[in-house]
Amino acid sequence: MATPLLKVENLSVDLEKNRILDNISFEVNPGETLALIGPNGAGKSVLFRTLLGMHPYQGKIKWGPNVRIGYVPQRFSVEPDLPITVGEFLNLRSGKRRGIIAEIEALGFTKEILQDRLGVLSGGQQQRVLIAWALLDHPDLLLFDEPTAGVDIAGGETVYSLLHKLQQERNMTTIIISHELQVVFQHATKVLCINQSTVCYGPPKTALTGEILSKLFRVEMEHHKEHHRD
Amino acid sequence: MIETNLLFLLLVGIFVGGAAGFLGSFMVLKRMALVGDAFTHVALPGLAIGLMLNIDPMLGAFAALVLAALGIWYLEETSRIYPEALVGIFFTGALAVGILITPEPELLEALFGDIQSITAVEGLVAIAASILITLVAYLISRKVILGVISEELARSLKISNKAVNLLYLLLVTGVVTLGIRFVGTLLMGALVIVPAAAARNISRSLVSYYLFSALFGVASAALGVYLSSLYAIPSGPAVVLASLGFFGGTFLLKKTFKA
Repeated sequence: MATPLLKVENLSVDLEKNRILDNISFEVNPGETLALIGPNGAGKSVLFRTLLGMHPYQGKIKWGPNVRIGYVPQRFSVEPDLPITVGEFLNLRSGKRRGIIAEIEALGFTKEILQDRLGVLSGGQQQRVLIAWALLDHPDLLLFDEPTAGVDIAGGETVYSLLHKLQQERNMTTIIISHELQVVFQHATKVLCINQSTVCYGPPKTALTGEILSKLFRVEMEHHKEHHRD
Repeated sequence: MIETNLLFLLLVGIFVGGAAGFLGSFMVLKRMALVGDAFTHVALPGLAIGLMLNIDPMLGAFAALVLAALGIWYLEETSRIYPEALVGIFFTGALAVGILITPEPELLEALFGDIQSITAVEGLVAIAASILITLVAYLISRKVILGVISEELARSLKISNKAVNLLYLLLVTGVVTLGIRFVGTLLMGALVIVPAAAARNISRSLVSYYLFSALFGVASAALGVYLSSLYAIPSGPAVVLASLGFFGGTFLLKKTFKA
């Protein structure tokens, strides 16, 4: 058995005295795709940020030796007049021009985009640039926080088919926060459902039973009601 | 003799102005323009205390600025909403105290700068320090910018935003201390902020933004020092008005070509 790239044990996170994550455990082995699902406000993005070292936590986060991370945040807002070109933005991660052009073309751009200002791109284009950013220098582990609205790669190819391809080509390991169950069933080798604490964990076909899904779903409904009461 | 002196002052001004403009470029992107502007006011009480204790007033100013920089850094790292009002109130308060405790004969010079009092040694030290500050700022520029665009992306590359921000603020402290002799505690913030704001008007890429920020800093300082000597006016207002000229010019360019 290979050593896990990432092993998380009994992870709990409190933010401003509210418990956001409670006693979460999971591990990710090389080549795996772990889908992270849960209702809004379940703590999925907080889990990512905790893995990046941005929140204090209790429990253990154990990384494999020299794991390099590529991270795609869910939200990304640059001011339209920020003086930086796409090329310069990608350069902040990697100085290798050939690698930059390869990734940008893999995401359906031509290299002319490198001269464009980052702030004038559409939301979907910025998302693709972000994915290229994360893939530069071939990270060992990709943390992908999927935007709520799906992103189209050129010609109707989706982010998932692209990720799937990359996985096979590069043996890349991925943790993806997903909002589409279909994607989870098709692409994930493991699924972790959380709603503050762990609701399910395992291969999608056995872990994601109808009961579990309705539990997650019901929680989401209650969550909405609470919001309306506020 | 006077000519050589003016040339020397111009040279010092060029280096200090360039460093201030370059460092200001990050300040503007970090949305800290107002903070950076008021920040320099804190130097005044430090200067006054230095005079009272009979030590180099510049050391006093530097110490006060370091304390203020640590304060800004602390607020930046711990508050989720940046308490800009608090910073404004505190810094203006420091200015008020400074005006009360600075001895009258030194007050005008401290507020608005007086280049005639700069000695050759001080000038050379200022040039060397400006070069060093610019160099260090250039070396951390990639990390600063990444933190501005997204703290999370910076963290994913294991960059410590905290450490980078602290180092950056200390560099600003250094350049402000150098610039106080030229521009004074009241207006030095403008030499940090205005050249970068002018550069932003006409820049599409980081490279051009950095270059124009430094260039407008250089040109503002040089033009200001020259005008101040030509018309025997205080150097601070002259430098700041020169930089405002560049801002006005680039603003018009932006308006003209955007339409």
